[in-house]
Amino acid sequence: MISSIVSKVKQKQIAQLVANRKRIDGRGLTDYREIKVEAGIIERAEGSARVLLGKTQVLVGVKIDIGEPFSDIPDQGVLTVNAELVPLASPTFEPGPPDENSIELARVVDRGIRESKAIGLEDLCITPGKKVFVVFIDVYVLNHDGNLIDASALAALAALLNTKIYNYELKDDEIIRKPGYKPLPIRNYPIAITFGKINNQLIVDPWLEEEQVMDARLTMTIDKEGNICSIQKGGSGYFTTQQILEAAKIAKERATELRKLVVET
Amino acid sequence: MSKPEKLLDKKGLRLDGRKLDELRPIKMEVGVLSNADGSAYLEQGKNKVLAAVYGPKEVHPKHLALADRAILRCRYHMAPFSVEERKSPAPSRREIELSKVIREALEPAVFLEYYPRTAIDVFIEILQADGGTRCAGITTAALALADAGVPMRDLVVACAAGKIEGKLVLDLMDLEDKYGEADVPLAMMPGINAVTLLQMDGSLTLEEFQNAVKMAMEGCKQIYEEQKKALRARYIAIKEAINE
Repeated sequence: MISSIVSKVKQKQIAQLVANRKRIDGRGLTDYREIKVEAGIIERAEGSARVLLGKTQVLVGVKIDIGEPFSDIPDQGVLTVNAELVPLASPTFEPGPPDENSIELARVVDRGIRESKAIGLEDLCITPGKKVFVVFIDVYVLNHDGNLIDASALAALAALLNTKIYNYELKDDEIIRKPGYKPLPIRNYPIAITFGKINNQLIVDPWLEEEQVMDARLTMTIDKEGNICSIQKGGSGYFTTQQILEAAKIAKERATELRKLVVET
Repeated sequence: MSKPEKLLDKKGLRLDGRKLDELRPIKMEVGVLSNADGSAYLEQGKNKVLAAVYGPKEVHPKHLALADRAILRCRYHMAPFSVEERKSPAPSRREIELSKVIREALEPAVFLEYYPRTAIDVFIEILQADGGTRCAGITTAALALADAGVPMRDLVVACAAGKIEGKLVLDLMDLEDKYGEADVPLAMMPGINAVTLLQMDGSLTLEEFQNAVKMAMEGCKQIYEEQKKALRARYIAIKEAINE
């Protein structure tokens, strides 16, 4: 944790810049840092991707397993998202069970994928009520330089897009693996866009120093139709109604651009 | 509970007979627990919520204390018997997330800088749940904070709007949340047009979202009036007790 004295000096500097519609790293208020996506880099995983968002680095691995469906939806596969704030990623990350930040990160990524119905879970049923495919999305933060939500959501989507499921045959309720794979059914492409509020101004893609001084955070996840499918406000400040509606408009535009980085259209 | 055939009847009324933009019946009482510095109880439809505030008080463990302000800690917790199938009393990932967003919804209201090196603990217990418990929890917690005498910029009040069968509705109950198309919980300080919690899941167009936000805010303003009434009732009761 950066001491509050440092952050007060920095807060002033960053806030003054934002008032002049500038940022410390030279970006415009609604610009992203440079984004790189590397897909399929972990061979052992059924799907994987690494996203570099400026200096932020997130690796996502997808594992497919066989498990039981939820009792209220017996004919659908199961989606599980977990996030690890790995201690090597930041001096502020401690080893141990997931804290509220990593739980929130995982749940925001989860909601974007779930609510946009990105995965065709109904195609992942093997025997209704008994056996289904379970999709484990593990978000692994490797370097924390701000805006983990957008980097993780993008990496998760990129990883899902190269996720494969092995072919199988059912014999007396036993699953027998057959050669070859088919792709995981993907129906939608949710993109998370995160805003910070500094000096009563909205900025997109806050990096670490901006995160340390911003009053509040707002993430909107936009699906391929341009609809909003999930929102999360964070931080101990607030937003005005006008800011929320402005954020929704910007999010829709930025999501279209970011989607092109992982989906060929 | 199984899926109802329809969430809206022919007249466009909801399962419990409400109109689209109608709140559930709401009841609040302030100062219900003798040990807490502040407390409140709320019923909103079948939701039953109890909140208590302890502090400002000494921080344990000590390293958590901040030199320039108080820390606000918040626990949102559901009783094992509050839902259809018994819920394990251990905090779930959902409860940990909600504790965080509720804390962040209350923080902007509290003058934490008045009480450096102290902690203010907010405990929210959901005794019975029927959808919209995070909102009910925030509404109740704000009353408990006020009852504890913690100075605030405004009361925080929360309400959800959402979409069922293509129509925007106010204050979703559990079945509507589960089988509807979208849920937008929102908390605000009505006096200063500050939105302190905003979440959403489901699917809404920009225009629908805009209208859902407007609708949730209208709901908040109605509940806000009830909050003020409940606080006033508490002060009158105290005044009478002193005069006796």
